[in-house]
Amino acid sequence: MTDLHWLPTIQDWRQRLRTLPADPATAWESAVALANARLNFVLTNALDETIRRVLPTGPEVLPTKKVRLAVLGSSTVTHLLPGVRAAGLRRGIWIDTYENDYGQYLQELSDTGSGLRAFNPTAVLVALDAYHLTAGITAGMDVEAAQAALIEMQARIREVWRLARDTFRCPIIQQAVLPVHLPVLGNNEHRLPGSRLWFVSRLNTAIRTMAEQENVDILAVDDRAARDGIGKWHDTALWHRSKQEISLKASPLYGDLVGRWLAAKQGRSFKCLVMDLDNTVWGGVIGDDGLEGIALGQGSPLGEAYTAFQEYARELSRRGVILAVCSKNDEANALEPFEKHPDMVLKRGDISSFVANWSNKADNIRAIAQELNIGLDSLCFIDDNPFERNLVRQELPMVAVPEVSDDPTAYPVALADAGYFEGLSVTDEDRERTTQYHGNKARDALKAAVTDLPSYLRGLEMQLIWKRFDKIGLQRIVQLINKSNQFNLTTRRYTDEDVIAVMADRDAFGLQLRLTDRFGDNGIIAIIIGRLLENKDLYVDTWLMSCRVLGRQVEPTTLNLIVQEAAKHGARRIVGEYIPTKKNAMVKDHYARLGFAVMQTDDAGANRNILDLAGFTPAETFIHLVEG
Amino acid sequence: MATEAEIYGDLTEIFHDVFMRDDIRLSADLTAKGVQGWDSFKQIEIIMACEEKWGIKFNTRELDALRSVGDLATTVGKKVG
Repeated sequence: MTDLHWLPTIQDWRQRLRTLPADPATAWESAVALANARLNFVLTNALDETIRRVLPTGPEVLPTKKVRLAVLGSSTVTHLLPGVRAAGLRRGIWIDTYENDYGQYLQELSDTGSGLRAFNPTAVLVALDAYHLTAGITAGMDVEAAQAALIEMQARIREVWRLARDTFRCPIIQQAVLPVHLPVLGNNEHRLPGSRLWFVSRLNTAIRTMAEQENVDILAVDDRAARDGIGKWHDTALWHRSKQEISLKASPLYGDLVGRWLAAKQGRSFKCLVMDLDNTVWGGVIGDDGLEGIALGQGSPLGEAYTAFQEYARELSRRGVILAVCSKNDEANALEPFEKHPDMVLKRGDISSFVANWSNKADNIRAIAQELNIGLDSLCFIDDNPFERNLVRQELPMVAVPEVSDDPTAYPVALADAGYFEGLSVTDEDRERTTQYHGNKARDALKAAVTDLPSYLRGLEMQLIWKRFDKIGLQRIVQLINKSNQFNLTTRRYTDEDVIAVMADRDAFGLQLRLTDRFGDNGIIAIIIGRLLENKDLYVDTWLMSCRVLGRQVEPTTLNLIVQEAAKHGARRIVGEYIPTKKNAMVKDHYARLGFAVMQTDDAGANRNILDLAGFTPAETFIHLVEG
Repeated sequence: MATEAEIYGDLTEIFHDVFMRDDIRLSADLTAKGVQGWDSFKQIEIIMACEEKWGIKFNTRELDALRSVGDLATTVGKKVG
C-alpha cells in the first residue's frame, strides 16, 4: 500500500481547494488542513501548485523552521518534489526544493557557480537511482572485481556526502537503493558475485554502516518497498519512458517519508500515544461485557489481534513514546482489566496519564497534555469510534488522529505507516522517559500533600548537574533547541552542525543541565549558549528550559552557573535578551526577575538587560549545583 | 463494465484535477495541443491517474499509440470491458 491510508478523506476537498482564502494566514491554515487528507499524486500536485500560487515564498512567520531542500538525483526527480513539499505542509513546515540538472549532481556540487550553490540548501537528500549505482556491474564479474566495485561505489557516495557537508554544513539524508533488478541466478542470487540485485543489497548494508560513521541519515525506501512490493514503487515501463525510478503513484508516500525526517530534524515528531480502551485496546465494552466478556489474549483470533496491538504500543513505549489512556468509562471499570486481566500486555504502570470519565474526549485530551506538560501537537490519538475521531480532529486539529477501521490488526499498521513517532536515534533519555513522567506525578502528589513550598523543595533533594556540550548529548541538545517554545528567551534554532560549531568556539560555551531529585532523573532540562562579545560582555545567546521543571528554582541556580562560566571567560557583565514569539510570553520578565537591569525595550515587546558581575551575589536555592 | 459516457465522466474529473481547471470539455478529438500545460509530465500524470482510477495497467505499445482523448477513452474501455 503506497497510499496515505491513515489520513481521512475530506468530502468537500476539491471545493475547499478551489476556494482557498486569499488572506495568507488563513490560506496557510486551510492548506495545512487539506494536506492532512488522504491524497493521491494528482491531488497532492494540485494542492502544492495552489498554495505556491497563493503564497509564493510561504508565510512570513511560522513556528517551524523553513527548509531549503536540495534533491541530488541521477535521474528524474521532478515528479517527487510536490509530494515532498506537501508533506512539509502537512506538518506546518514550508519547504523550498531544488533539483540538479539531469544527472549533474556531482558537477553542481563541485562548481562554485552552480544553481545548487546559489540555492544554498539547509538540507540535502541524495537520491541516486539503482541503475546509476550498478553501472558496470555484470554477472561476468568474479568475487574480487565485484568487491572492488562495491568499495569504489561506497567511496563515491562518501565523496558526495563530504562535498555536500563541506559546502553547506547541513543535514544529509541518503536514499537507500531500490531493489529494482531481476534475479539472474534465482533463490541463491548471493552466490553470483556480479549479480546487480545482490550488489544493491550489499550496497544498502554498506551505506548504512558508512552513514553511521558520517552522521548521515537514511531514507529507507528499500524497507518500504519490501513492505509494499517493489512493483508499487518502481514501474519498469515508466523508467523506460521518463527515467522516473520511483513511480508517480508512490510520490505522496515518498514525500511523506522525507517530510517526517525533516520534521524529526526540527524535533517535531509526535511524543505521546493516547489510546481509547473499549474496542481499541480490547474487544468489547468493559462496562457491559465485564472482565470475562471482553476479547483479549490467546484463544480467539480477535483477542490475539488486540494483544498484538498492545504489544506494539508497549514497544513504542520502550523506545520513548509516552502512553496515555482516554476512555469514556467509569474509572473503576476502565482500570479493572489493567489490574485483573491476565492477558493485558499493558500494565497500569505503562500508562503515564490515565483519564477515564464521561466528559468529551477533546477536553480530556487537553487535560492529558496539561498533566504530562507537553504540547497538544505532540499527541496522537487512536480510537475505533469515528465520532470520537472526528470530534477530536475538529476541536484539536493539531492532534494526530489516524483513520482506522474496526479491525485491530490495522492499528499497529496505521501507527507505523504514518510515521508519527519518527525517531532519528534512541537516546537513553528516550528509554527512561516513561519513568521520568511517573516521577513527575509522584512529585505532584507530594506537592499536593505539602502546602509549604520551601519545605517541599528542600525535601526534593535536587541536584543540577551541568556539563559542556558534548557529542553524547548532541541529539538531545538539538532536540531541545528546536522543540522548546515556551521557556525560550531567544528561540534560536540550531542544527547539529551549529551546535558542534559552538563546541569548537573558544569565545563561546554551551551548557547542558540535568536535574535529578529523590524521585528520579529529569534528564537534560535546560540549555545555555553564551558568547563573549568584543567588549568583553557575555551575551546569553540561548537560554531555554523544559517547562516541567518550572517553579523549582532552576532559573536562579542556572544564573549562578552562567555567572561562574562568564567570569572564567573574563567577562564583566552579562547581557540577556528576550525576543518575543507567540509562545514565549512567560519569560518576558525573566531577566528582570533575576535582578538584571532593564536597558532597553521595544514596541514589539523585546527587551535587553544587563547584569554587572561586580555587584552580583549568587542566589541561595535548594538546588545543589554539580559539575557532571 | 463502464459505458462510454461513464468513462468520459470519470476522465473529465481526472482532467479537471490534473489541470486544476473545471472548464475543460473533453471530446474524442481533443489532443495535448488543445489544453494549455499538457506536457509529457502531465501526460504521465493522466495515465497514472487512469490506471489508479480503473485498476488497470497500460502497456508500452498502448501508451505509444495514444494520440487523443478518444484513443485514451477507447483503450480504457477495452481494458475495463
